Order: sequence, then C-alpha cells, then structure tokens
Amino acid sequence: MPTVDRPSEIARGADSSEWLERLTSTGPERDAAIGELHALLVRAASFEIRRRSSGHLRADDHEDLAQQCADDALVAILGKLDDFRGASRFTTWAYKFALYEAAVKTRRLAWRAREMPIEADAWALIADARSGPQADAEIAELLTALKDAIATELTVHQREVLVALALNGVPIDVLADRLNTTRGALYKTLHDARQKLRAALAARGMALDDDRRQETT
Amino acid sequence: MSKPNPNHPDRLLDRVLGPAGSQVSCEQCFEELDRYVELELVGADPELVTPGMRAHFDGCPACAEEHESLRALLLSEASPPS
Repeated sequence: MPTVDRPSEIARGADSSEWLERLTSTGPERDAAIGELHALLVRAASFEIRRRSSGHLRADDHEDLAQQCADDALVAILGKLDDFRGASRFTTWAYKFALYEAAVKTRRLAWRAREMPIEADAWALIADARSGPQADAEIAELLTALKDAIATELTVHQREVLVALALNGVPIDVLADRLNTTRGALYKTLHDARQKLRAALAARGMALDDDRRQETT
Repeated sequence: MSKPNPNHPDRLLDRVLGPAGSQVSCEQCFEELDRYVELELVGADPELVTPGMRAHFDGCPACAEEHESLRALLLSEASPPS
C-alpha cells in the first residue's frame, strides 16, 4: 500500500469531488490519493487511540494499532465510496471510519484479559443503590420493581444483554465479539429490553420521571 | 468539578431504562454522524435534520464516544497547533 509520511494540508483541504475523482481514477493518481487518505486515517486513528488508551500502550504498539485501524478503515471506505452522498466533507466522512476502528479495537484491547462480570454483580449494584443514602423511598421502590421486572419480564438473552451493557458496563463491541453478533443487533436487543421494562414499570403505576433524573447528579 | 457518580440511583436508572422517546439505530447513527457533527460545529441544530441522534447518544455509550471523538478531532484541526 502506498504511504506518505504526513497528511498534507493539501490533502485535508482538497474538496470532496476531487477526492472522489482521484480515488476512482486509475494508475499513479489513484495510488497517490490512497496514500494521502491512508495518512489522514492514521492520524485520526492515532488521535482516538491516544484519547482512549491513557498512555498505557507502548509507542510501537500505538503506531502498529493506528496503522492497523487505518488499513481496515481504508478498505471499508474504498468499498463504500458509492455511499458517500456529499452531506459532509469527504475527510469528515472518512474520519468516522478510522475513529470507529480505533474505538472498537481499543475497547477490545482493554477487555482482552478481563473476565466478564456475572449477573450477581448487577444485582449487588442495584441492592447498593437501593439501600444507599441517595435513594429516597420512591427511588428504592422503583429499583425494587425494576429488579423484579428484569428477572421476570425479559427473555434470557435480553436479560444477559441488558445486565452486561447497562449494569456491568461491558462495552457493546466487546459483548458483540463474545456473543458473535454485531453492535447494531445488540443495541436493538437492549432497546427492546428497555421498552419492556418501561412498560412493566408503567403498568405497576411507577412514575418514570426522566426530567428529574436528568437534573440529578 | 466532580464527576457524576455512575452508581447514583438516578444514573443507574438512566443506564437501565435508557432515553425515552424515539431514536435512531447504531447503523443510522454511523451513517449520519459526519453530517451531524459538521452541523453542530457551525452552530446549527442537527436534530432538525436527523432527529433521534441525541437520544441515541444518551442510550449508547459507544456511539456517544465516537460522536465526541469526531467533534474533538475536527475541533483540533480548526485550532492552531500550540
């Protein structure tokens, strides 16, 4: 793959139609455009890895990971050029692929050696919140009803996904890997589970005061 | 300023119940993210063009992080190097 050392100001400033024209051309012009795009993707991936890794990656590992993210993002971009609608600058559109690859890979790295939390951890979390000083009687009652609804209203899969993502803080991409599925499919399951819980709590006459909770820290 | 306690009962309820109202899917969120952030950065209200994105960010930490990252990256390009 052709590469350039640094993303140039010219590359960042090039307009979207110019990018598309060069990337869909043939020969040296296309190779040069791919090299410039790859350099921009490395920069974006490196930016994201730096934000997420808290400096615990060695410099070599950081650079290798950024290159790998840029490679994967480049493949995705070149396969989706026809999807670019011009709703944003081409570079902004391209950046999101590199940021996505870097975010996903960084989350997976952080959880590589970690055990998945078990369901009992989530119940303990709810119990602690219910008995803590910040829970008034109304919130304590809501949390009790919520725990019951999680146990009785959800399918096994919905409960597994909701507990892992919403209570135990497992990143969605990590869970998707372990369950051999996708972020989108898991989020749909989570969304359906949340809807069921909201309906169950409403049926029990529980007020879900979203506005009040938004204001509380 | 102290960070909100993630295990505060209200935060825990937010995480479990998610946002109220309609929202986009993760796939739609990724599709629209570049336009959404550019509109935000010019001071427009991107929810008028793509309703349901903000609610999705409230319910999906991964997509919310990627939204923040794209914003931060574009802002870093707009700022002169220190």
